[in-house]
Amino acid sequence: MAAKKKLDAETKSGDVARDFELLRSMLLQRRFEERCAEAYALGKIGGFCHLYIGQEAVSTGTLSMLRPDDYVITTYRDHGQALARGMSPRSVMAELFGRQDGCARGKGGSMHMFDANANFLGGHGIVGGHVPLAAGVGFAIKYRGGDQVIVCFMGESVVNTGAFHEALNMAGLWKLPCVFIIENNRYGMGTALERASAIHDIFERGAAYNMARQQCDGQDVFAVREAVGEAVQRARKEQHPTLLEIRTYRFMGHSMSDAVSGTYRTKAELEEYMKRDPITLLRTRMEQNGTLSSEQLQQMDTEIKAVVQDSWDFADASPELPLEALYEDVYVDTTT
Amino acid sequence: MATKVFMEALSPTMEEGKLVKWLKNEGDAVKSGEPIGEVETDKAIMELVARGDGLLRKRLVNEGESVAVGTLVGVIAAADENIDALVSGAAAPAPAAAAPAPENVSAAAQPATDATPQSPPPAQPQGEASAPQQKAATPPAPVASTPAPQTTAPAPSGGTTRSSPLARRLASERGLDLNAVQGSGPNGRIIKRDIEAAGTGASPVAMAPAGAASAPRAATGGAATADFTDVPLTNIRKVIAKRLGESIGPIPTFYLTAELDLTRVMEMRKAMLELGDEFKVSVNDVLLKAIAVALSQHPEVNAHWLGDHIRYFNRVHLGMAVATDDGLIVPVIWDADRKRMSEISREAKELAKRARERKLKPEEFTGSTFSVSNLGMFGIDQFTAIINPPEAGILAIGTSEDKLVVIEGEAVIRQRVRVTMSCDHRIVDGAVGAKFLQALRRLVENPLMLVY
Amino acid sequence: MPVITYRDALGAAIREEMQRDDRVFLMGEEVAVYQGAYKVSKGFLQEFGEMRVVDTPITELGFAGVGVGAAMVGLRPVIEFMTWNFALLALDQVVNAAAKMLYMSGGQFKIPIVFRGPNGAALQLSAQHSQAWESWLAHIPGLKVIAPGTPYDAKGLLKSAIRDDNPVCFLEGEMLYNTKGEVPDEEYVIPIGKADLKREGDHCSIITHGKMVLVAMQAADQLAKEGIRIDVVDLRTIRPMDVEAIAASVNKTNRAVVLEEGWEVCGVGAQVVDYIQRDCFDNLDAPVIRVHQADVPMPYTKSLEKAAKPDLPKTIAAVRKVMYLD
Repeated sequence: MAAKKKLDAETKSGDVARDFELLRSMLLQRRFEERCAEAYALGKIGGFCHLYIGQEAVSTGTLSMLRPDDYVITTYRDHGQALARGMSPRSVMAELFGRQDGCARGKGGSMHMFDANANFLGGHGIVGGHVPLAAGVGFAIKYRGGDQVIVCFMGESVVNTGAFHEALNMAGLWKLPCVFIIENNRYGMGTALERASAIHDIFERGAAYNMARQQCDGQDVFAVREAVGEAVQRARKEQHPTLLEIRTYRFMGHSMSDAVSGTYRTKAELEEYMKRDPITLLRTRMEQNGTLSSEQLQQMDTEIKAVVQDSWDFADASPELPLEALYEDVYVDTTT
Repeated sequence: MATKVFMEALSPTMEEGKLVKWLKNEGDAVKSGEPIGEVETDKAIMELVARGDGLLRKRLVNEGESVAVGTLVGVIAAADENIDALVSGAAAPAPAAAAPAPENVSAAAQPATDATPQSPPPAQPQGEASAPQQKAATPPAPVASTPAPQTTAPAPSGGTTRSSPLARRLASERGLDLNAVQGSGPNGRIIKRDIEAAGTGASPVAMAPAGAASAPRAATGGAATADFTDVPLTNIRKVIAKRLGESIGPIPTFYLTAELDLTRVMEMRKAMLELGDEFKVSVNDVLLKAIAVALSQHPEVNAHWLGDHIRYFNRVHLGMAVATDDGLIVPVIWDADRKRMSEISREAKELAKRARERKLKPEEFTGSTFSVSNLGMFGIDQFTAIINPPEAGILAIGTSEDKLVVIEGEAVIRQRVRVTMSCDHRIVDGAVGAKFLQALRRLVENPLMLVY
Repeated sequence: MPVITYRDALGAAIREEMQRDDRVFLMGEEVAVYQGAYKVSKGFLQEFGEMRVVDTPITELGFAGVGVGAAMVGLRPVIEFMTWNFALLALDQVVNAAAKMLYMSGGQFKIPIVFRGPNGAALQLSAQHSQAWESWLAHIPGLKVIAPGTPYDAKGLLKSAIRDDNPVCFLEGEMLYNTKGEVPDEEYVIPIGKADLKREGDHCSIITHGKMVLVAMQAADQLAKEGIRIDVVDLRTIRPMDVEAIAASVNKTNRAVVLEEGWEVCGVGAQVVDYIQRDCFDNLDAPVIRVHQADVPMPYTKSLEKAAKPDLPKTIAAVRKVMYLD
């Protein structure tokens, strides 16, 4: 009971400095990705590019509850989480530009952000393929007797893949310290959840694996913090995994070649969801609490835009890897 | 600051887009991220969003019109901002996206694996790289490589004489005429044992003269690596090679040289310097200004060759070749003819500095309508520069120096400079180029005209 | 020198490596309580406990991924597939995760993992259980692929595989588990990527790997009676392939037969022939001939199964043909 109260105090709004950090984290992702869209249009970013705009409360809320030695693994929609985990905007932008100062030397691109120093185990491009990896990290933590946790982000379409079920079964069976987070943004590419899954409260799938499970509002950063906080505690203290369904919405298309609305969702629906912009919600709350003035907001926005511009300039100036790097990183030339 | 609205690449494969519908009228307020139009791509109808805040001041493309990616389609700016310069340049596609920035060009043209100079992958210690060497060691047809007069017509491979590669090599090494060997393999294929039998005199064979054997094989040595250094191409080097190679190849170029008298330019410089250090301009600054003004007077040389048409420019964007440690780059002074000499002077310095620091943005080194190259500082008297396609010409400026010249029957010392214009004959005829140089001479030798 | 089975050689290799390094663990179906489907891990559960000898549900994709995830954060898993036929379910983890992680992370995350299990046809197991997968796996940059044919090679190479910091696919022969050979008591390892000249001769090369090494040796014995001396090159490692050993042999003999268990089209032998034409063109006295499984799913019927498999008579016929003896 005392622990619950303590957690409540940690997760709820009110700590002014912390609320500022949450707002800053979310705003950084937003401003960063707005420039990503621009860079993509100018041909500076190529290939697939999946934007996270609208879902920032999930990454910020979740990752603000982790310790630096915990692990994070995610999907190809990974820019926001990389930034929220504290990776440098410069290295993320340089990766997007395909330059040698990128977090994966420009060899991964938008879908494959990695940072060993941040225990950020990558964005992964095969839907569902990374969920067993998360179970493996949980296994390794248990094998070594550590008290870290692994947070695994995934979209809601992942719950229909075999990999998801195989991984969750083992995590439940072996009691691995995993927090599986479904970012339910309603659409797997263009297919609505209701058209893809036999049940619509998908967190209930955890029942099949004897797993703690819960649903929460993904537009309210404090609701995310509360739910993730409980799940992380459960994993860390009791070595019990959780399946968390966080309901959110992506304000952009699935990728850059996808209309924002029109084909599989209506403009009216999009506009309805955009009324619950996670950044606006937090901002309004802080304004109502009297902890955020419009000047402060303006200043924060100006600072963040400067940080993003700096990341752009840095990425632009960073060279592409020389040709001799083509064959590097295929094999590591070491043994134990 | 005004925000240009470009036709964006809204799908990875999109090259042009049709502006189906404007969602904002001219004068409407727009916010960054807000849709302002609908664009039909090769895949879907997508929204074109504003990249800045302000009013949609100008729509440059009509609904239903298709334009290339990178074309300026509108301008967002504050209500009181002057956007004339942006709007009047709308005809040309935007430099940043329309003509892909050189770095992108070279990235696309980068050889993937074939031309890679480094060692083969560890998994294939004898992989691709060793193949060419093998090829070099392999005479196309060993018989033909034996210059023996008594050799009968060499059998082309796949001809009537079939032989294994080994048999061909052995025959070549031993100076045997394969046509004289009886093959014992399938379909009469000559194989090793047949050559060995022939070598022992078991069957009659024609011998080649001594010393003729195996020359091709012996000739192939390893490359003396101490004699040269392989340096991978930098991106800028690749762009230079591609663009200038294109130039010297298909462009029918001719050259016009003129020697201009700088006496009055020097007088003007001196007079300006006396007004104070802030009025200091270089000879090069004056020449740039004069060239820009001459171009504005002669749009027939301020042009691009675009394959099926020639584009003559009303504005003068002067490219200025700058040598950097990595190689040549050509930053652009936009609207050079309308700029004051002090602006040109400042901008030329700034661009050259940033070019050497490799800090130029793509839009700063694309979009020139005519270019200038100055090697005067290296003491070059005169030279011919390579046209920067698709431009119609380039002007090469030599060193300015005192010369003994005869003026009105008197030998006098005058400071002179030689300029040589390379002209693309597809656009510029001899007389046209000459008239331009005539205009330039008039301006340089009467620099007061530059302030008229 | 002690003579032991291929099975025990494998077991000894894993046991020694688990004793040597506590980050090494064995995971797979029936590896612990059941003592291994092919008894390779007999006694392991008792010796190392259930955290290091882990029975999994039947969930190939899942536990292959668990292995890769554990390897990402510093463990050194040995993942046993009951057969490589079942591993097809896990190929996404092998190909998209294990093989590419180092590259797409720009060198940050190495994956020291061994995927191992029996490969190729046994007897009358029919289409789904009688397949040789090495060409599929060897196609992928980022993987190493090993297929030993003898107990000595199996032990030395498996130890190297477990110590290697790259993902290694280790293909054992289902029919080889009971075969015996000399294996020294003292510790040794065999470098990955080195072929072994199992028999020396100057008339014709047979280039092969895995279970077919035994067939090649029998062919060499039989042909020796006719005075034909065969060079038997056992590749042992398919990727990286020992191209120098292939070239050295073929440049000496001028003729080659490439023998493998798998199918013809895009098979390992096709790659070997490519290396031969690149490096030995001027020394070839005959076209290279390949011996392989017939281009059909494996039939159950005894006579048809025999007709489909590469074997001793087919190998000898191929050698006679490249020697221009028939």
